[in-house]
Amino acid sequence: MMARKYLTYMKVTGKIHKYGDNVDTDVIIPARYLNTPNPDELKLYCMRDIDADFINKVQAGDIIVAGKNFGCGSSREHAPISIKASGVSCVIAESFARIFYRNAINIGLPIIESIEAAKAVQNGETLEIDFNKGEILNKSTGETFNVQAFPPFIQEIISAGGLLNRNKKKL
Amino acid sequence: MKMTMTQKILAAHCGLESVSAGQLIEADLDMVLGNDITAPVAINELEKAGLNKIFSREKISLVMDHFTPNKDIKAAEQCKQVRDFARYHGIINFFDVGEMGIEHALLPEKGLVKAGDCIIGADSHTCTYGALGAFSTGVGSTDMAAGMATGKAWFKVPAAIRFELAGKLPANVSGKDLILHIIGKIGVDGALYKSMEFAGDGVGSLSMDDRLCIANMAIEAGAKNGIFPVDDKTIAYMKQAGVADQSYTVYEPDSDAEYEQTIRIDLSEVTHTISFPHLPDNTRTPNEITEGIKIDQVVIGSCTNGRYEDMEVAAAVLKGKKVARDVRCIVIPATQKIYLECIRNGLAEIFVESGAIISTPTCGPCLGGHTGILAEGERAIATTNRNFVGRMGHPNSEVYLASPYVAAKVAVTGILKGDLI
Repeated sequence: MMARKYLTYMKVTGKIHKYGDNVDTDVIIPARYLNTPNPDELKLYCMRDIDADFINKVQAGDIIVAGKNFGCGSSREHAPISIKASGVSCVIAESFARIFYRNAINIGLPIIESIEAAKAVQNGETLEIDFNKGEILNKSTGETFNVQAFPPFIQEIISAGGLLNRNKKKL
Repeated sequence: MKMTMTQKILAAHCGLESVSAGQLIEADLDMVLGNDITAPVAINELEKAGLNKIFSREKISLVMDHFTPNKDIKAAEQCKQVRDFARYHGIINFFDVGEMGIEHALLPEKGLVKAGDCIIGADSHTCTYGALGAFSTGVGSTDMAAGMATGKAWFKVPAAIRFELAGKLPANVSGKDLILHIIGKIGVDGALYKSMEFAGDGVGSLSMDDRLCIANMAIEAGAKNGIFPVDDKTIAYMKQAGVADQSYTVYEPDSDAEYEQTIRIDLSEVTHTISFPHLPDNTRTPNEITEGIKIDQVVIGSCTNGRYEDMEVAAAVLKGKKVARDVRCIVIPATQKIYLECIRNGLAEIFVESGAIISTPTCGPCLGGHTGILAEGERAIATTNRNFVGRMGHPNSEVYLASPYVAAKVAVTGILKGDLI
Protein backbone atom coordinates (compact mmCIF):
# COMPACT_ATOMS: atom_id res chain seq x y z
CA MET A 1 0.00 0.00 0.00
CA MET A 2 1.20 3.47 -0.78
CA ALA A 3 0.90 6.31 1.68
CA ARG A 4 -2.76 6.72 2.55
CA LYS A 5 -2.81 10.46 2.63
CA TYR A 6 -0.48 11.12 -0.25
CA LEU A 7 -0.67 14.91 -0.22
CA THR A 8 -4.23 15.88 -1.00
CA TYR A 9 -4.81 13.59 -3.94
CA MET A 10 -4.85 9.84 -4.18
CA LYS A 11 -5.13 9.42 -7.90
CA VAL A 12 -3.35 11.13 -10.77
CA THR A 13 -3.61 10.70 -14.54
CA GLY A 14 -1.16 11.95 -17.11
CA LYS A 15 0.86 11.38 -20.20
CA ILE A 16 4.33 9.86 -20.01
CA HIS A 17 7.55 11.70 -20.83
CA LYS A 18 10.14 8.94 -20.87
CA TYR A 19 13.92 9.27 -20.47
CA GLY A 20 16.88 6.91 -20.02
CA ASP A 21 19.34 6.11 -17.24
CA ASN A 22 21.32 8.60 -15.11
CA VAL A 23 19.22 11.71 -15.77
CA ASP A 24 21.29 14.18 -13.75
CA THR A 25 20.14 17.33 -11.99
CA ASP A 26 22.31 19.46 -14.31
CA VAL A 27 20.14 18.50 -17.29
CA ILE A 28 16.95 18.77 -15.21
CA ILE A 29 17.82 22.36 -14.27
CA PRO A 30 21.14 23.68 -15.62
CA ALA A 31 23.23 25.78 -13.20
CA ARG A 32 22.91 28.84 -15.42
CA TYR A 33 19.31 29.13 -14.17
CA LEU A 34 20.12 28.66 -10.48
CA ASN A 35 20.38 32.36 -9.72
CA THR A 36 16.81 32.30 -8.45
CA PRO A 37 14.98 30.11 -5.94
CA ASN A 38 11.57 31.03 -7.46
CA PRO A 39 9.62 27.91 -8.62
CA ASP A 40 7.70 29.87 -11.29
CA GLU A 41 10.96 30.93 -12.91
CA LEU A 42 12.69 27.57 -12.41
CA LYS A 43 9.88 25.66 -14.15
CA LEU A 44 10.55 27.56 -17.39
CA TYR A 45 13.89 25.72 -17.71
CA CYS A 46 12.82 22.29 -16.46
CA MET A 47 14.55 19.44 -18.38
CA ARG A 48 16.15 22.08 -20.61
CA ASP A 49 19.39 20.26 -21.46
CA ILE A 50 17.83 16.83 -22.04
CA ASP A 51 14.57 17.85 -23.73
CA ALA A 52 14.51 21.53 -24.70
CA ASP A 53 10.85 21.34 -25.75
CA PHE A 54 9.67 19.73 -22.48
CA ILE A 55 8.15 22.85 -21.00
CA ASN A 56 6.04 23.42 -24.15
CA LYS A 57 4.81 19.81 -24.19
CA VAL A 58 4.14 19.18 -20.51
CA GLN A 59 0.59 19.40 -19.21
CA ALA A 60 -0.67 19.43 -15.65
CA GLY A 61 -0.73 15.87 -14.31
CA ASP A 62 1.89 14.46 -16.72
CA ILE A 63 4.29 11.80 -15.49
CA ILE A 64 8.06 11.51 -15.96
CA VAL A 65 9.35 7.95 -16.34
CA ALA A 66 13.07 7.15 -16.37
CA GLY A 67 15.64 4.42 -15.94
CA LYS A 68 18.28 3.96 -13.25
CA ASN A 69 19.73 6.62 -10.93
CA PHE A 70 17.28 9.43 -11.75
CA GLY A 71 18.36 12.78 -10.30
CA CYS A 72 22.04 11.95 -9.86
CA GLY A 73 24.67 14.63 -9.36
CA SER A 74 24.16 17.99 -7.73
CA SER A 75 22.01 18.21 -4.58
CA ARG A 76 20.09 21.20 -5.99
CA GLU A 77 16.53 21.05 -4.69
CA HIS A 78 15.76 23.31 -7.64
CA ALA A 79 15.52 20.08 -9.69
CA PRO A 80 12.47 18.52 -7.98
CA ILE A 81 11.08 22.04 -7.42
CA SER A 82 11.17 22.77 -11.17
CA ILE A 83 9.60 19.39 -11.97
CA LYS A 84 6.81 19.92 -9.45
CA ALA A 85 6.21 23.51 -10.61
CA SER A 86 5.99 22.38 -14.24
CA GLY A 87 2.85 20.41 -13.33
CA VAL A 88 4.33 16.91 -13.27
CA SER A 89 2.29 14.76 -10.87
CA CYS A 90 4.74 11.90 -10.30
CA VAL A 91 8.19 10.63 -11.29
CA ILE A 92 8.57 6.87 -11.79
CA ALA A 93 12.10 5.48 -12.13
CA GLU A 94 13.94 2.17 -11.89
CA SER A 95 15.97 3.83 -9.11
CA PHE A 96 16.62 7.31 -7.75
CA ALA A 97 19.85 8.99 -6.68
CA ARG A 98 19.60 9.32 -2.90
CA ILE A 99 19.68 13.11 -2.55
CA PHE A 100 16.97 13.54 -5.20
CA TYR A 101 14.90 10.87 -3.41
CA ARG A 102 15.10 12.79 -0.12
CA ASN A 103 14.44 16.13 -1.77
CA ALA A 104 11.36 14.88 -3.61
CA ILE A 105 9.86 13.51 -0.39
CA ASN A 106 10.82 16.62 1.56
CA ILE A 107 9.08 18.97 -0.90
CA GLY A 108 6.11 16.70 -1.63
CA LEU A 109 6.86 15.60 -5.20
CA PRO A 110 5.43 12.08 -5.50
CA ILE A 111 7.98 9.51 -6.69
CA ILE A 112 7.73 5.78 -7.28
CA GLU A 113 10.61 3.31 -7.55
CA SER A 114 9.51 0.49 -9.86
CA ILE A 115 11.82 -1.35 -12.23
CA GLU A 116 8.90 -3.24 -13.76
CA ALA A 117 6.73 -0.21 -14.55
CA ALA A 118 9.65 1.99 -15.62
CA LYS A 119 10.81 -0.60 -18.12
CA ALA A 120 7.38 -1.50 -19.52
CA VAL A 121 5.67 1.82 -20.17
CA GLN A 122 6.36 3.92 -23.26
CA ASN A 123 6.68 7.58 -24.10
CA GLY A 124 3.30 9.18 -24.86
CA GLU A 125 1.19 6.51 -23.13
CA THR A 126 -1.23 7.55 -20.39
CA LEU A 127 -0.92 6.30 -16.83
CA GLU A 128 -3.34 6.43 -13.96
CA ILE A 129 -1.65 6.12 -10.57
CA ASP A 130 -3.75 5.20 -7.54
CA PHE A 131 -1.52 6.02 -4.56
CA ASN A 132 -4.10 4.64 -2.17
CA LYS A 133 -4.13 1.19 -3.74
CA GLY A 134 -0.46 1.29 -4.72
CA GLU A 135 -1.34 0.62 -8.33
CA ILE A 136 -0.24 1.98 -11.69
CA LEU A 137 -2.63 1.42 -14.61
CA ASN A 138 -1.36 1.91 -18.14
CA LYS A 139 -4.55 3.24 -19.73
CA SER A 140 -3.04 2.90 -23.20
CA THR A 141 -2.37 -0.85 -22.86
CA GLY A 142 -4.51 -1.94 -19.88
CA GLU A 143 -1.45 -3.28 -18.06
CA THR A 144 -1.26 -2.78 -14.28
CA PHE A 145 1.69 -2.66 -11.88
CA ASN A 146 1.71 -2.94 -8.12
CA VAL A 147 4.15 -0.68 -6.34
CA GLN A 148 5.95 -0.81 -3.00
CA ALA A 149 4.86 1.26 -0.04
CA PHE A 150 7.13 3.85 1.56
CA PRO A 151 8.32 3.03 5.09
CA PRO A 152 5.98 4.51 7.79
CA PHE A 153 8.54 7.17 8.75
CA ILE A 154 8.55 8.55 5.20
CA GLN A 155 4.77 8.28 5.01
CA GLU A 156 4.67 10.46 8.11
CA ILE A 157 6.68 13.18 6.33
CA ILE A 158 4.46 12.95 3.26
CA SER A 159 1.25 13.00 5.32
CA ALA A 160 2.43 16.09 7.19
CA GLY A 161 2.95 17.87 3.86
CA GLY A 162 6.74 17.86 3.89
CA LEU A 163 9.63 17.63 6.31
CA LEU A 164 9.40 21.09 7.86
CA ASN A 165 5.69 20.76 8.62
CA ARG A 166 6.35 17.40 10.22
CA ASN A 167 9.19 18.85 12.32
CA LYS A 168 7.09 21.86 13.27
CA LYS A 169 4.45 19.55 14.68
CA LYS A 170 7.13 17.86 16.77
CA LEU A 171 8.86 21.05 17.98
CA MET B 1 28.38 -5.46 17.25
CA LYS B 2 29.14 -5.90 13.54
CA MET B 3 29.08 -2.19 12.74
CA THR B 4 30.94 -0.38 9.98
CA MET B 5 32.72 2.89 10.77
CA THR B 6 29.79 4.87 9.36
CA GLN B 7 27.27 2.88 11.40
CA LYS B 8 29.26 3.48 14.60
CA ILE B 9 29.24 7.25 14.08
CA LEU B 10 25.52 7.22 13.31
CA ALA B 11 24.74 5.07 16.38
CA ALA B 12 26.67 7.50 18.60
CA HIS B 13 24.72 10.43 17.16
CA CYS B 14 21.27 8.95 17.74
CA GLY B 15 21.94 7.64 21.23
CA LEU B 16 21.75 3.94 20.32
CA GLU B 17 24.14 1.14 21.27
CA SER B 18 24.03 -0.16 17.74
CA VAL B 19 22.34 0.37 14.40
CA SER B 20 22.12 -1.81 11.32
CA ALA B 21 21.72 -1.25 7.59
CA GLY B 22 18.21 -0.17 6.57
CA GLN B 23 17.25 1.21 9.98
CA LEU B 24 15.69 4.70 9.99
CA ILE B 25 17.19 7.02 12.59
CA GLU B 26 17.19 10.67 13.57
CA ALA B 27 20.75 11.85 14.29
CA ASP B 28 22.23 14.89 16.03
CA LEU B 29 24.30 17.08 13.75
CA ASP B 30 27.72 18.63 14.43
CA MET B 31 27.64 20.86 11.35
CA VAL B 32 25.02 22.04 8.83
CA LEU B 33 26.41 23.60 5.65
CA GLY B 34 24.90 25.64 2.83
CA ASN B 35 26.14 27.81 -0.02
CA ASP B 36 24.90 30.79 -2.04
CA ILE B 37 22.72 28.57 -4.27
CA THR B 38 21.23 26.16 -1.77
CA ALA B 39 20.93 28.36 1.35
CA PRO B 40 18.41 30.84 -0.17
CA VAL B 41 15.97 27.97 -0.82
CA ALA B 42 16.49 26.75 2.76
CA ILE B 43 15.97 30.24 4.21
CA ASN B 44 12.74 30.64 2.22
CA GLU B 45 11.54 27.25 3.50
CA LEU B 46 12.23 28.27 7.11
CA GLU B 47 10.30 31.49 6.59
CA LYS B 48 7.38 29.71 4.92
CA ALA B 49 7.18 27.32 7.88
CA GLY B 50 7.35 30.24 10.32
CA LEU B 51 10.53 28.92 11.94
CA ASN B 52 12.57 31.82 13.23
CA LYS B 53 15.16 30.09 15.41
CA ILE B 54 18.39 28.25 14.62
CA PHE B 55 19.80 25.43 16.75
CA SER B 56 23.34 26.83 17.03
CA ARG B 57 25.36 29.88 16.00
CA GLU B 58 28.56 27.81 15.74
CA LYS B 59 27.32 24.67 14.01
CA ILE B 60 26.02 26.27 10.83
CA SER B 61 28.40 27.22 8.01
CA LEU B 62 27.33 29.42 5.11
CA VAL B 63 29.87 29.75 2.30
CA MET B 64 29.36 32.11 -0.64
CA ASP B 65 31.36 30.18 -3.25
CA HIS B 66 29.32 29.15 -6.28
CA PHE B 67 28.37 32.34 -8.15
CA THR B 68 30.84 34.59 -6.33
CA PRO B 69 32.25 37.17 -6.69
CA ASN B 70 28.63 37.81 -7.68
CA LYS B 71 28.28 36.99 -11.36
CA ASP B 72 25.05 38.92 -11.94
CA ILE B 73 22.35 40.87 -10.14
CA LYS B 74 20.27 37.82 -9.24
CA ALA B 75 23.30 36.03 -7.83
CA ALA B 76 24.10 39.16 -5.82
CA GLU B 77 20.56 39.16 -4.41
CA GLN B 78 20.95 35.53 -3.35
CA CYS B 79 24.20 36.29 -1.49
CA LYS B 80 22.62 39.33 0.11
CA GLN B 81 19.72 37.22 1.39
CA VAL B 82 22.15 34.74 2.99
CA ARG B 83 24.33 37.55 4.39
CA ASP B 84 21.27 39.21 6.00
CA PHE B 85 20.14 35.86 7.42
CA ALA B 86 23.62 35.18 8.88
CA ARG B 87 23.75 38.63 10.48
CA TYR B 88 20.23 38.39 11.89
CA HIS B 89 20.96 35.05 13.56
CA GLY B 90 24.55 35.87 14.50
CA ILE B 91 25.90 32.90 12.54
CA ILE B 92 29.65 32.85 13.17
CA ASN B 93 30.80 30.72 10.26
CA PHE B 94 29.56 32.90 7.42
CA PHE B 95 32.23 33.25 4.72
CA ASP B 96 31.95 35.91 2.04
CA VAL B 97 34.37 37.21 -0.62
CA GLY B 98 37.74 37.85 1.04
CA GLU B 99 37.35 35.02 3.54
CA MET B 100 35.54 32.43 1.54
CA GLY B 101 37.01 29.51 -0.34
CA ILE B 102 35.34 26.57 -2.02
CA GLU B 103 33.30 25.14 0.87
CA HIS B 104 34.74 21.61 0.90
CA ALA B 105 38.31 22.89 0.88
CA LEU B 106 37.53 25.65 3.38
CA LEU B 107 35.76 23.76 6.19
CA PRO B 108 38.50 21.14 6.74
CA GLU B 109 41.21 23.83 6.43
CA LYS B 110 39.53 25.92 9.13
CA GLY B 111 39.06 22.95 11.45
CA LEU B 112 35.26 23.24 11.32
CA VAL B 113 34.82 19.54 10.53
CA LYS B 114 36.62 16.70 12.28
CA ALA B 115 36.89 12.99 12.97
CA GLY B 116 33.75 11.40 14.42
CA ASP B 117 31.43 14.26 13.41
CA CYS B 118 27.99 13.83 11.85
CA ILE B 119 27.62 16.47 9.13
CA ILE B 120 25.08 17.41 6.48
CA GLY B 121 25.49 19.99 3.75
CA ALA B 122 23.19 21.27 1.05
CA ASP B 123 25.79 20.42 -1.54
CA SER B 124 26.35 16.96 -2.94
CA HIS B 125 30.11 17.06 -2.38
CA THR B 126 29.67 17.38 1.39
CA CYS B 127 30.87 13.76 1.45
CA THR B 128 34.42 15.22 1.23
CA TYR B 129 34.81 15.33 5.04
CA GLY B 130 34.77 11.55 5.23
CA ALA B 131 38.49 11.93 4.54
CA LEU B 132 38.82 13.05 8.18
CA GLY B 133 36.91 10.05 9.54
CA ALA B 134 33.57 11.87 9.80
CA PHE B 135 30.13 10.81 8.61
CA SER B 136 29.28 13.52 6.12
CA THR B 137 26.67 13.58 3.40
CA GLY B 138 24.98 15.86 0.89
CA VAL B 139 21.30 16.79 1.26
CA GLY B 140 18.89 19.28 -0.26
CA SER B 141 17.78 22.67 0.97
CA THR B 142 14.75 21.44 2.96
CA ASP B 143 16.95 19.02 4.92
CA MET B 144 19.35 21.90 5.48
CA ALA B 145 16.49 24.09 6.72
CA ALA B 146 15.31 21.37 9.11
CA GLY B 147 18.91 20.86 10.24
CA MET B 148 19.36 24.57 10.95
CA ALA B 149 16.13 24.65 12.95
CA THR B 150 16.49 21.42 14.94
CA GLY B 151 20.13 20.28 14.72
CA LYS B 152 18.86 16.91 13.53
CA ALA B 153 18.43 14.95 10.29
CA TRP B 154 16.82 11.63 9.40
CA PHE B 155 18.87 8.91 7.77
CA LYS B 156 18.43 5.39 6.55
CA VAL B 157 21.50 3.62 7.94
CA PRO B 158 23.56 2.61 4.91
CA ALA B 159 25.12 -0.73 4.05
CA ALA B 160 28.75 -0.50 2.95
CA ILE B 161 31.25 -1.46 0.31
CA ARG B 162 34.77 -1.88 1.66
CA PHE B 163 37.68 -0.81 -0.52
CA GLU B 164 40.81 -2.50 0.68
CA LEU B 165 43.83 -0.61 -0.57
CA ALA B 166 47.31 -2.10 -0.74
CA GLY B 167 50.64 -0.69 -1.89
CA LYS B 168 51.41 2.78 -3.17
CA LEU B 169 50.37 4.84 -6.19
CA PRO B 170 53.00 5.20 -8.95
CA ALA B 171 54.74 8.56 -9.46
CA ASN B 172 52.45 11.31 -10.81
CA VAL B 173 49.35 9.14 -10.28
CA SER B 174 47.07 10.65 -7.67
CA GLY B 175 43.96 10.14 -5.58
CA LYS B 176 41.97 11.55 -8.50
CA ASP B 177 43.12 8.73 -10.74
CA LEU B 178 42.22 6.22 -8.03
CA ILE B 179 38.67 7.52 -7.51
CA LEU B 180 38.04 7.79 -11.27
CA HIS B 181 39.37 4.22 -11.60
CA ILE B 182 36.95 3.07 -8.88
CA ILE B 183 33.96 4.90 -10.42
CA GLY B 184 34.86 3.44 -13.82
CA LYS B 185 34.84 0.00 -12.21
CA ILE B 186 31.60 0.17 -10.19
CA GLY B 187 29.63 2.74 -12.22
CA VAL B 188 27.87 6.02 -11.37
CA ASP B 189 25.28 4.12 -9.32
CA GLY B 190 27.67 1.40 -8.12
CA ALA B 191 27.46 2.52 -4.49
CA LEU B 192 23.91 3.91 -4.58
CA TYR B 193 22.58 4.57 -1.02
CA LYS B 194 25.75 2.96 0.43
CA SER B 195 28.92 3.92 2.28
CA MET B 196 32.26 3.58 0.59
CA GLU B 197 34.62 2.63 3.40
CA PHE B 198 38.32 2.78 2.61
CA ALA B 199 40.71 0.52 4.50
CA GLY B 200 43.95 -1.40 4.25
CA ASP B 201 47.68 -0.68 4.43
CA GLY B 202 47.56 1.43 1.29
CA VAL B 203 45.56 4.19 3.02
CA GLY B 204 48.66 5.35 4.91
CA SER B 205 50.46 6.15 1.66
CA LEU B 206 47.74 8.58 0.55
CA SER B 207 48.15 12.25 1.45
CA MET B 208 45.28 14.11 3.13
CA ASP B 209 44.72 16.09 -0.08
CA ASP B 210 44.38 12.77 -1.96
CA ARG B 211 41.94 11.41 0.64
CA LEU B 212 39.84 14.59 0.49
CA CYS B 213 39.70 14.26 -3.31
CA ILE B 214 38.70 10.57 -3.12
CA ALA B 215 35.97 11.10 -0.49
CA ASN B 216 34.75 14.13 -2.45
CA MET B 217 33.84 11.99 -5.46
CA ALA B 218 32.07 9.18 -3.53
CA ILE B 219 28.83 10.85 -4.63
CA GLU B 220 29.80 10.26 -8.27
CA ALA B 221 29.36 6.55 -7.59
CA GLY B 222 25.98 7.33 -5.98
CA ALA B 223 27.31 6.79 -2.44
CA LYS B 224 25.79 8.29 0.67
CA ASN B 225 29.27 8.86 2.07
CA GLY B 226 32.90 7.93 1.66
CA ILE B 227 35.00 7.45 4.77
CA PHE B 228 38.65 6.91 5.69
CA PRO B 229 40.15 5.53 8.89
CA VAL B 230 41.88 8.07 11.15
CA ASP B 231 45.68 7.79 11.27
CA ASP B 232 48.68 9.98 12.15
CA LYS B 233 48.25 12.00 8.96
CA THR B 234 44.62 12.78 9.82
CA ILE B 235 45.53 13.82 13.33
CA ALA B 236 48.40 16.03 12.11
CA TYR B 237 46.05 17.64 9.55
CA MET B 238 43.40 18.40 12.19
CA LYS B 239 46.04 19.78 14.57
CA GLN B 240 47.31 22.13 11.89
CA ALA B 241 43.71 23.23 11.24
CA GLY B 242 43.33 24.15 14.90
CA VAL B 243 41.09 21.27 15.98
CA ALA B 244 41.49 20.77 19.75
CA ASP B 245 42.74 17.33 20.84
CA GLN B 246 39.72 16.58 23.04
CA SER B 247 37.14 17.69 20.49
CA TYR B 248 37.21 14.77 18.06
CA THR B 249 36.44 11.07 18.34
CA VAL B 250 38.16 8.29 16.46
CA TYR B 251 35.86 5.46 15.36
CA GLU B 252 36.99 2.17 13.90
CA PRO B 253 34.83 -0.46 12.23
CA ASP B 254 34.16 -3.61 14.25
CA SER B 255 36.38 -6.52 13.29
CA ASP B 256 33.26 -8.45 12.30
CA ALA B 257 31.56 -5.51 10.52
CA GLU B 258 29.37 -6.59 7.65
CA TYR B 259 30.11 -5.34 4.14
CA GLU B 260 27.99 -6.03 1.09
CA GLN B 261 31.13 -6.33 -0.93
CA THR B 262 34.90 -5.98 -0.52
CA ILE B 263 36.92 -4.65 -3.44
CA ARG B 264 40.71 -5.01 -3.27
CA ILE B 265 42.85 -2.54 -5.12
CA ASP B 266 46.61 -2.66 -5.56
CA LEU B 267 47.50 1.03 -5.75
CA SER B 268 50.68 0.30 -7.71
CA GLU B 269 48.52 -0.93 -10.59
CA VAL B 270 46.43 2.26 -10.87
CA THR B 271 47.40 4.53 -13.73
CA HIS B 272 46.32 7.93 -15.13
CA THR B 273 42.56 7.79 -15.56
CA ILE B 274 40.40 10.18 -17.56
CA SER B 275 36.58 10.30 -17.68
CA PHE B 276 35.22 10.95 -21.15
CA PRO B 277 31.90 12.72 -21.77
CA HIS B 278 29.24 12.54 -20.41
CA LEU B 279 29.50 10.43 -17.26
CA PRO B 280 32.26 10.08 -14.66
CA ASP B 281 32.22 6.28 -15.11
CA ASN B 282 33.15 6.55 -18.79
CA THR B 283 36.84 6.17 -17.94
CA ARG B 284 39.87 5.54 -20.15
CA THR B 285 43.53 5.01 -19.40
CA PRO B 286 46.26 6.53 -21.63
CA ASN B 287 46.76 3.35 -23.67
CA GLU B 288 43.08 3.56 -24.65
CA ILE B 289 43.40 7.16 -25.91
CA THR B 290 45.12 6.64 -29.24
CA GLU B 291 43.48 9.40 -31.25
CA GLY B 292 44.34 12.97 -30.26
CA ILE B 293 41.46 15.10 -28.98
CA LYS B 294 41.82 18.86 -29.41
CA ILE B 295 41.19 20.72 -26.15
CA ASP B 296 40.07 24.36 -25.94
CA GLN B 297 40.13 24.94 -22.18
CA VAL B 298 41.86 23.52 -19.12
CA VAL B 299 40.46 24.07 -15.62
CA ILE B 300 42.61 23.24 -12.59
CA GLY B 301 40.69 23.79 -9.37
CA SER B 302 37.36 22.90 -7.65
CA CYS B 303 36.42 21.20 -4.37
CA THR B 304 37.90 18.04 -5.88
CA ASN B 305 41.34 19.30 -6.93
CA GLY B 306 41.92 22.91 -5.89
CA ARG B 307 44.14 22.15 -2.88
CA TYR B 308 47.76 23.10 -2.44
CA GLU B 309 49.19 19.74 -3.54
CA ASP B 310 47.14 20.01 -6.74
CA MET B 311 48.59 23.47 -7.36
CA GLU B 312 52.13 22.14 -6.77
CA VAL B 313 51.65 19.28 -9.21
CA ALA B 314 50.26 21.58 -11.92
CA ALA B 315 53.04 24.13 -11.37
CA ALA B 316 55.72 21.45 -11.61
CA VAL B 317 54.38 20.46 -15.05
CA LEU B 318 53.95 24.05 -16.27
CA LYS B 319 57.30 25.37 -14.97
CA GLY B 320 59.33 26.78 -17.86
CA LYS B 321 56.66 25.74 -20.37
CA LYS B 322 53.91 27.58 -22.21
CA VAL B 323 50.22 26.83 -22.38
CA ALA B 324 49.49 25.83 -25.99
CA ARG B 325 48.19 28.53 -28.29
CA ASP B 326 44.39 28.23 -28.62
CA VAL B 327 44.14 26.78 -25.09
CA ARG B 328 42.72 28.80 -22.21
CA CYS B 329 44.14 27.53 -18.93
CA ILE B 330 42.31 28.61 -15.77
CA VAL B 331 43.85 27.84 -12.38
CA ILE B 332 41.63 28.29 -9.32
CA PRO B 333 43.21 27.81 -5.89
CA ALA B 334 40.32 26.66 -3.68
CA THR B 335 40.83 28.97 -0.69
CA GLN B 336 42.49 32.28 0.22
CA LYS B 337 45.12 30.37 2.20
CA ILE B 338 46.00 28.18 -0.79
CA TYR B 339 46.00 31.27 -3.02
CA LEU B 340 48.45 33.02 -0.70
CA GLU B 341 50.71 29.96 -0.55
CA CYS B 342 50.74 29.91 -4.35
CA ILE B 343 51.97 33.52 -4.32
CA ARG B 344 54.49 33.08 -1.52
CA ASN B 345 56.02 29.92 -2.91
CA GLY B 346 56.36 31.14 -6.49
CA LEU B 347 53.60 28.99 -7.99
CA ALA B 348 51.62 32.04 -9.05
CA GLU B 349 54.57 33.29 -11.07
CA ILE B 350 54.93 29.92 -12.80
CA PHE B 351 51.25 29.90 -13.75
CA VAL B 352 51.23 33.44 -15.12
CA GLU B 353 54.49 33.02 -17.01
CA SER B 354 53.16 29.85 -18.61
CA GLY B 355 50.15 31.76 -19.94
CA ALA B 356 47.60 30.38 -17.46
CA ILE B 357 45.34 32.68 -15.45
CA ILE B 358 44.80 32.50 -11.69
CA SER B 359 41.28 33.15 -10.44
CA THR B 360 40.12 34.08 -6.98
CA PRO B 361 38.58 31.05 -5.19
CA THR B 362 35.19 30.09 -6.67
CA CYS B 363 33.28 27.06 -7.96
CA GLY B 364 32.87 29.12 -11.17
CA PRO B 365 33.26 26.99 -14.29
CA CYS B 366 32.92 23.58 -12.59
CA LEU B 367 29.14 23.85 -12.65
CA GLY B 368 28.94 26.17 -15.65
CA GLY B 369 28.43 29.18 -13.40
CA HIS B 370 30.96 31.72 -14.64
CA THR B 371 34.71 32.33 -15.23
CA GLY B 372 35.21 29.88 -18.08
CA ILE B 373 31.99 28.87 -19.82
CA LEU B 374 32.27 26.70 -22.94
CA ALA B 375 30.83 27.59 -26.35
CA GLU B 376 29.02 25.08 -28.56
CA GLY B 377 31.36 22.33 -29.69
CA GLU B 378 34.20 23.28 -27.32
CA ARG B 379 36.06 20.78 -25.17
CA ALA B 380 37.59 21.20 -21.74
CA ILE B 381 39.76 18.97 -19.63
CA ALA B 382 39.13 19.73 -15.99
CA THR B 383 40.17 18.54 -12.55
CA THR B 384 36.53 18.93 -11.49
CA ASN B 385 34.05 16.18 -10.63
CA ARG B 386 31.26 16.03 -13.24
CA ASN B 387 31.20 15.86 -17.01
CA PHE B 388 27.42 15.72 -17.53
CA VAL B 389 25.80 17.23 -20.64
CA GLY B 390 26.09 21.03 -20.43
CA ARG B 391 27.93 20.94 -17.11
CA MET B 392 30.49 23.64 -18.06
CA GLY B 393 28.41 25.56 -20.58
CA HIS B 394 26.70 24.83 -23.89
CA PRO B 395 24.78 21.53 -23.99
CA ASN B 396 26.91 20.58 -27.00
CA SER B 397 30.23 21.15 -25.26
CA GLU B 398 32.33 18.42 -23.64
CA VAL B 399 34.17 17.97 -20.35
CA TYR B 400 36.93 15.42 -19.73
CA LEU B 401 37.76 14.77 -16.06
CA ALA B 402 41.37 14.24 -15.05
CA SER B 403 44.01 14.78 -12.37
CA PRO B 404 45.94 18.07 -12.07
CA TYR B 405 49.01 16.33 -13.55
CA VAL B 406 47.17 15.17 -16.69
CA ALA B 407 45.25 18.47 -17.06
CA ALA B 408 48.50 20.49 -16.87
CA LYS B 409 50.17 18.19 -19.41
CA VAL B 410 47.28 18.71 -21.81
CA ALA B 411 47.47 22.48 -21.25
CA VAL B 412 50.97 22.40 -22.75
CA THR B 413 50.18 20.25 -25.79
CA GLY B 414 46.57 21.28 -26.38
CA ILE B 415 45.87 17.66 -27.26
CA LEU B 416 44.50 14.85 -25.08
CA LYS B 417 46.32 11.74 -26.30
CA GLY B 418 47.65 8.79 -24.34
CA ASP B 419 51.27 8.95 -25.46
CA LEU B 420 51.47 12.69 -24.70
CA ILE B 421 50.60 12.23 -21.00
